[in-house]
Amino acid sequence: MATFGNLSDRLADTFRNLRTKGKLSPADVDGTVREIRRALLDADVALDVVKDFTGKVRERALGDEVNKALNPAQQVVQIVNEELIAILGGEARRINFAKKPPTIIMLAGLQGAGKTTLAGKLAKWLAKDNHTPLLVAADLQRPNAVQQLQVVGGQAGVAVYAPEPGNGVGNPVKVARDSIKWAIDKQYDVVIVDTAGRLGVDADMMKQAADIRKAVQPDEVLFVIDAMIGQDAVATAKAFQEGVDFTGVVLTKLDGDARGGAALSVASVTGRPIIFASTGESLDDFEPFYPDRMASRILDLGDILTLIEQAQGAFDEEEAAKVAEKFRTDTFTLEDFLGQMQQLRGAGSIKKMIGMLPGMGAMKEQLNNFDEREIVRTEAIIQSMTKAERQNPKLLNGSRRVRIARGSGMTVTDVNQLVQRFEQAAKMMKTVARGGVPNIPGMGPVPGAGFGGGRGKAQQPAKKKGSKSGNPAKRAVENAAIASGEKVGAGSGATADGSAAPKGSGFGLGGRAGLPEGAPSEQELETLQKFLRR
Amino acid sequence: MAERTPWSLSGALRGMFSKRLIDQDTWDDLETALITGDFGIDVTDEIVADLRAKVARYNTTDPKDLQRMLRETLEERFSKLDSTLKLTERPAVVLVVGVNGVGKTTTIGKFAKFLRNYDRSVVVGAADTFRAAAVEQVATWAERAGAHIVRPQHEGQDPASVAYQTIEYAQKNGIEIVIIDTAGRLQTKGGLMDELTKIRRVIEKQAPVSEVLLVLDATTGQNGLAQAEAFIQHAGVTGLVLTKLDGSAKAGFVLAVQEKTGIPIKLIGQGEGINDLTGFTPHVFVQNLIG
Repeated sequence: MATFGNLSDRLADTFRNLRTKGKLSPADVDGTVREIRRALLDADVALDVVKDFTGKVRERALGDEVNKALNPAQQVVQIVNEELIAILGGEARRINFAKKPPTIIMLAGLQGAGKTTLAGKLAKWLAKDNHTPLLVAADLQRPNAVQQLQVVGGQAGVAVYAPEPGNGVGNPVKVARDSIKWAIDKQYDVVIVDTAGRLGVDADMMKQAADIRKAVQPDEVLFVIDAMIGQDAVATAKAFQEGVDFTGVVLTKLDGDARGGAALSVASVTGRPIIFASTGESLDDFEPFYPDRMASRILDLGDILTLIEQAQGAFDEEEAAKVAEKFRTDTFTLEDFLGQMQQLRGAGSIKKMIGMLPGMGAMKEQLNNFDEREIVRTEAIIQSMTKAERQNPKLLNGSRRVRIARGSGMTVTDVNQLVQRFEQAAKMMKTVARGGVPNIPGMGPVPGAGFGGGRGKAQQPAKKKGSKSGNPAKRAVENAAIASGEKVGAGSGATADGSAAPKGSGFGLGGRAGLPEGAPSEQELETLQKFLRR
Repeated sequence: MAERTPWSLSGALRGMFSKRLIDQDTWDDLETALITGDFGIDVTDEIVADLRAKVARYNTTDPKDLQRMLRETLEERFSKLDSTLKLTERPAVVLVVGVNGVGKTTTIGKFAKFLRNYDRSVVVGAADTFRAAAVEQVATWAERAGAHIVRPQHEGQDPASVAYQTIEYAQKNGIEIVIIDTAGRLQTKGGLMDELTKIRRVIEKQAPVSEVLLVLDATTGQNGLAQAEAFIQHAGVTGLVLTKLDGSAKAGFVLAVQEKTGIPIKLIGQGEGINDLTGFTPHVFVQNLIG
């Protein structure tokens, strides 16, 4: 969808040219820096910040650390990533709670940034942490903002203090002041004050916000900003900093496809950390902000950590252990297969998950071709079987298959294919679970709903001498590890098969030399990719 | 407190045009001004290259000439498309779409008022059944504008059915213009975008859709184009509405949107008052932009 050219594609091009060089000339660096500049501008990073940033990157890229590095191009990426993280605030910061409750949090921002929704999310998040938040409706400007907050409060299951009807009636400063007394009386330990949206250029409204701030003496003032905002982010952030002086930033609408360069601009211009990110319309779509992940997003390196977490969240550890046991004892049935598939679907849209992987530019085509409904179809087939059939696929004779095909609206060929795939997979998994090396080409570790012919990477037989890394078995084991929530050890040496590792390099030394810190290792990536594509 | 900068590039351009000669700094300043105006790097490069060529051709060194050329270039590019609203059907159905928080509901209020000023009868369909209190918000606006309103019969009703009922209401009561509010949705949410397609499909069963207005927030950056493309694909957008131009953002990205998608800007919103919505006039727009 992003028509403005894909940053990772473009940088990849530039870096591809660099990769062949052992040494970077100033001209090479300039070319790369120019691409980075364009990329950042496309990501809506403010011009001043871009200039500053590219200056720093250029300086470091020309320095010794790069020329001495094994792979200068990778080194440049790492520098860029490091600098981004540094600007974004290095470590993630948490909310400072007051020593003596209530902790007062005030929200401010432009209209439509998502303050009211965020108030609800924050309250719910705090309530989950055993706090007792109180929402205060101090946006008396926008029609029915008060009502919206009440509804949101209801959804989040927290109390709302709304003495005034809003719609231009009432004094927000007074409401805010009174709310604190109320909170102390009723023993709420966090007060979240939702204020009206205002433009940075509106002096009266800014004064009102400053007055509210003075009246309630908040412990945190959170500046809520939309991830889609463009170059104006700087002017707005500065105006709010001068007007109300916020202590932290919340980035909303990160579930869109905006790269969120504004985050970088705001953090860099105001020096205030970004504390939270809001990533969806449900009240649970709210998470602490991770600078490293945002850096990857701005650079379009993919959000691998979130992906791993999602996968871990979706895969029940116990369940995974059970499945592994079943593989071992050869009692893995179609029913378990179905369960696995449903779990995977629980992790969210497969396309979305794949989209989080870095360097997916090249795969876009296949991504588009991948039909999520394939899984649904497979499910339908399995669900059309009787319990006995699911537990023992050998029962499936011709007439049963015809019935299943009719029941699921598929053809007998489809049913045959599924059963065949399942049997192959089960056989392979059994070998794997017993520590052997299966030699079945074209199968991912977890038996899957066919992926349009598959990408066939695993089809190369494991031929790398000595190294166990090349074999699919090892990968499969690691997949199981991921599924059971373990992090893949860096030393496990699964540099996947030859096609991914640079030719001739033992453990992918050259290619790996300078992968950005915090970014996933190639092993992790590869396992994940395998895991997803099955 | 930030100084009240008018919505314009004039601040950024003033220094540049008050100089006596065009030099390298002039070009750098121009580039900076355009990029900070959210025109995007591609359009900026195009404009700068174009102006450089013109300056060379006319052999001028006077920044005043450059200013005039910049104005002409922008005006020409902005006025390539026809920005008139087509509301000749009866009832004329207008569907209003956009991402969250761009000001759809407010725009509807202003638009209803705008139409009421021309003495057209208007009914607003509150088909944003998703966001908390959105129905009340649009109802308040409708009341202020003096328009009729059709509310969902129960919470979380299918927006398409609200749209259907609104048109039914208009046909029964002989109301001239129907405006349908929809819930804000990010363009990346496939399911929600499909819902929009459905709303449109359902409306078309009763009456042709005269206009589908995509509301864009002036503060949006380069993501605006992605938004426009997605909404065009799913809802068949026929016009753009630019809101929040009373802030400090310049909304340069709309030029790229208009040129890449061929959808004209039709309305602009410049404030929180109910009368702060006007038609789009390239000449005035560019005049404000350049100063």
